[in-house]
Amino acid sequence: MTTPAVAPSRLDDSPAPSKKPFSKRILPYLLITPAVIALLVGLGYPLVWQVLNSFREYGLAQQFGQAPPEFVGLANYTALLTDSHFWAVLGRSIVFMAVTAGATVILGVGMALLMKSVTNGARIFLQVAMLLAWAMPIVAQMTVWNWLIDSRNGLFNYVLSWIPGVDMLGHNWLVNPLSFFAVASVIITWASVPFVALSVYAALTQVSPEVREAASLDGATRWQMLRNITLPIIRPILVILVLLQMIWDLRVYAQIDLLQGFGSAGDQYDLLGTYIYSLGIGQGSFGMASAAAMLVMFFTIALSWFYVRELLKEDN
Amino acid sequence: MNVNAKPRFGVLSIFAILVAALWVFPVYWMFNSSFQSATDINSLTPKWLPFPGGSLNNYTAVLDPQTGFGNAFWMSIQVTVLSIVVCVVFAFLASLAISRFKFRGRKSFVIAIILVQMLPAEAMFIAQYKMIAGMDLLNSVLGVSIIYIATVIPFTAWMLRGFVAGIPADLEEAAMVDGCTRLGAFMRVTFPLLAPGLVASSVFALIQVWNEYALASVLLTQDAKETLPLWLAGFSEPSLSGPVPWGQVMAGSVLVAIPVMIFFLIVQGRMTQGMVGGAVKG
Repeated sequence: MTTPAVAPSRLDDSPAPSKKPFSKRILPYLLITPAVIALLVGLGYPLVWQVLNSFREYGLAQQFGQAPPEFVGLANYTALLTDSHFWAVLGRSIVFMAVTAGATVILGVGMALLMKSVTNGARIFLQVAMLLAWAMPIVAQMTVWNWLIDSRNGLFNYVLSWIPGVDMLGHNWLVNPLSFFAVASVIITWASVPFVALSVYAALTQVSPEVREAASLDGATRWQMLRNITLPIIRPILVILVLLQMIWDLRVYAQIDLLQGFGSAGDQYDLLGTYIYSLGIGQGSFGMASAAAMLVMFFTIALSWFYVRELLKEDN
Repeated sequence: MNVNAKPRFGVLSIFAILVAALWVFPVYWMFNSSFQSATDINSLTPKWLPFPGGSLNNYTAVLDPQTGFGNAFWMSIQVTVLSIVVCVVFAFLASLAISRFKFRGRKSFVIAIILVQMLPAEAMFIAQYKMIAGMDLLNSVLGVSIIYIATVIPFTAWMLRGFVAGIPADLEEAAMVDGCTRLGAFMRVTFPLLAPGLVASSVFALIQVWNEYALASVLLTQDAKETLPLWLAGFSEPSLSGPVPWGQVMAGSVLVAIPVMIFFLIVQGRMTQGMVGGAVKG
């Protein structure tokens, strides 16, 4: 058997800590110190600031020092949780995440299985295509797709108009909110599938030929082999990929912000990321924005708690 | 039924090539449009190939100093190099600690690394902005890099942890039995096996930093301090002065994308190798 890419860590079975030499006891702490300091400065401090300010009245007046930031208890939270607009944005974001992450993982796994079952030449074609799409910077992805769906000269409308009876020329895909989010979801899926496909493919190559041969000698069908041999072996990496896609798609910001910049400004086009941004930097309600951010964090962790447990299990 | 037979070229392979073509099409279209004149771009019938009639005019227009491209390019290089070097070194050390040592606080550190990736970064911009402003580092390479390093470390450390764990500690111990010191064993045995993993992790971190748009738009407010993504976004937004110059925007997109693409293709072989991990078959 070979070791999967994200293998459970093997802790060395050295004697109990008390018998270790001093240098070996202190070494792991020295090793994590730089990372811990970097995390404390870049994320820890801002996080504490944010937690504090989610309980404070902190608007433009406080920003410019005209009034002290006062503690207002849970007032920011109750204001948000009783705001139907917040719930609308939250629901929209969750649906967007579920659709996009689901599509990404399914297509990615399908793509990896496809790579495994075609000739070397065809596989390399697919891998290069994946790498090229994956390598595209987000802003370049957005400019290209925006050009593809451009209402007047975009290729997408032109090709759709080949269908008899369909005339899409001049159709703006970014006006209807549902269509706006569909465009965003397609772009994000297109850009995220390569990472999933290549990672799953790497894990698939770990499935040893001997096990597959033994299974086939015992009369297993292809489907049984996929379910009972392949899936369990790639499961650890699948779990991590699903978790990451969920987190990334729930807090998606840049693509939505850029699409809005391309011509769809307005709060019916907001997901959580842009909503918090406009609340904080747009309207200057830093206290409210911090509270909203804390709620998002809470939802994210609640949603993925199961997966966090899986990761920790795997780590042990 | 021989399940391990080499696949033959058939319907599936043709399907795979079609999928590949579909997936890469937006990338092709970016290159294609970048060579076309404004007349071809704005005609109602798209041109599927850049030639005849293609030229590098869009590129010369974009590289003109007054567009600010060169400036943004230099800014991006500085931010990326600083962030990646620091991030990979820090994350590598941390990944050694969590995959090779048992220590009090290890579990808390692992949980912190996982949880930190769930913080909605966009929600912390205001706090990060205030902190960087307080350090007087707005519109500086160092300011934006401090946040990038912290943002990219958790995933990099987590990814490296998998690679380190994939190399059995037994290998090092064998080298130590043969007379190597612990550091010597690590440098001679584990480190070379880890190189592909380090490359893969660095590439992943590099993409995140090179692409980053949102935080940069908050911390780098002066036009003279724009990174490439900010420059491209500003360049492609519709303006009052006329329709979007799609040819030039695509040329700009090519120039932003190309360093990452080249890097990607160079390390491609090592990357898949690196992702596979497990160096010892047993």
